Amino acid sequence: MESIPLNAYLTLSAFLFAMGAVGVALKRNPIVMFMCIELMLNAANLAFLAFARYQPTVQEQVAGHIFALFVLGVAAAEVAVGLGIITVIFRLRETIDVDEVNLLRE
Amino acid sequence: MLERFFFFLLALLAIATAVGVVANRNPVRSALLLVLNFISLAMLYFTLSAQFLGVLQVIVYAGAIMVLFLFVIMLLNLGSPEAVAQERELRRPLAWLIAVGLFALLVSQVFLIISPSTPMAEPEVGTARAIGLALFTQWAFPMLIVAVLLTVGVIGSILLARRRVA
Repeated sequence: MESIPLNAYLTLSAFLFAMGAVGVALKRNPIVMFMCIELMLNAANLAFLAFARYQPTVQEQVAGHIFALFVLGVAAAEVAVGLGIITVIFRLRETIDVDEVNLLRE
Repeated sequence: MLERFFFFLLALLAIATAVGVVANRNPVRSALLLVLNFISLAMLYFTLSAQFLGVLQVIVYAGAIMVLFLFVIMLLNLGSPEAVAQERELRRPLAWLIAVGLFALLVSQVFLIISPSTPMAEPEVGTARAIGLALFTQWAFPMLIVAVLLTVGVIGSILLARRRVA
C-alpha cells in the first residue's frame, strides 16, 4: 500500500505554524492574534499525531495522542482566560488595539 | 493513490484556510475560515488513525472554542473591519522575515533529521478505549494536573468577568 511520508505531514505542520507566527506578528486585533495562536497549537498537535503514527511501539503511539489531548486542554483553558482578559480590557479602555494597550510596557 | 489524493486535498484546504485567517480583514470571516481549518485538520487526524482526537478536534475546537471566539467578537462589536485600525499591517517586513526564517528552519530540520518511513500504527491505537486506558492508568497524574489547570482557568475567567462592587 502506498502511504504518505512523515515529511509531508511535518512540512504542512511547519507551514501552519509559520502562518500562525505571521498572524501573531502582523495583526493588531488581539482576537485574531488569539486565533493565530490556536493555529500554531494545532500545527503542534498535527506534528505530535504524525510522529505518533510512525513510532514503533504502541505505548509510544498512545503517548503522542495523549500529548495532543493535553495540548487541547491547555488551549481551552488559555482561551477562557485570554478572552476574559480581552473583555475586561475592552470594558476599561473602550479599545482593544494592541498598539494602544501598552500600559505595562511603560 | 486514494490516500495521497485525500492528503493533498486536505492539506491544500488547511493551507488555504490558514492563509485566509491571516489575510482576511474581517474578524468574523477569519473565525469561520479557522473553523474550516480545524475541520480539515480533524480529517487529517483521521488519516493518521487518530479517530478519537479527530472527533475531539471537531467538538472542542470547531464547536466550543470557536463559538467562544465568535461570541466575544459579537459581544465587543468587533465584527466590522474598521473596529480596529488595520492599514499598513500587512507591510511589516520584520514579521515576514521572522516567519519565512522560521518556516525555512523547521523544514530544513524536517528534511535533515527525519528519514521517511512507513507508518507503524495499528488502527485501534487512536480509539477512545485505547486512549482512555492510557489516560487513566499511565497518564493519570498529568491528567489530574490538566484538570486542575482547567479548574483554575474557569475560576480565573469568572473572577475577570465579575464586576467590581467595592
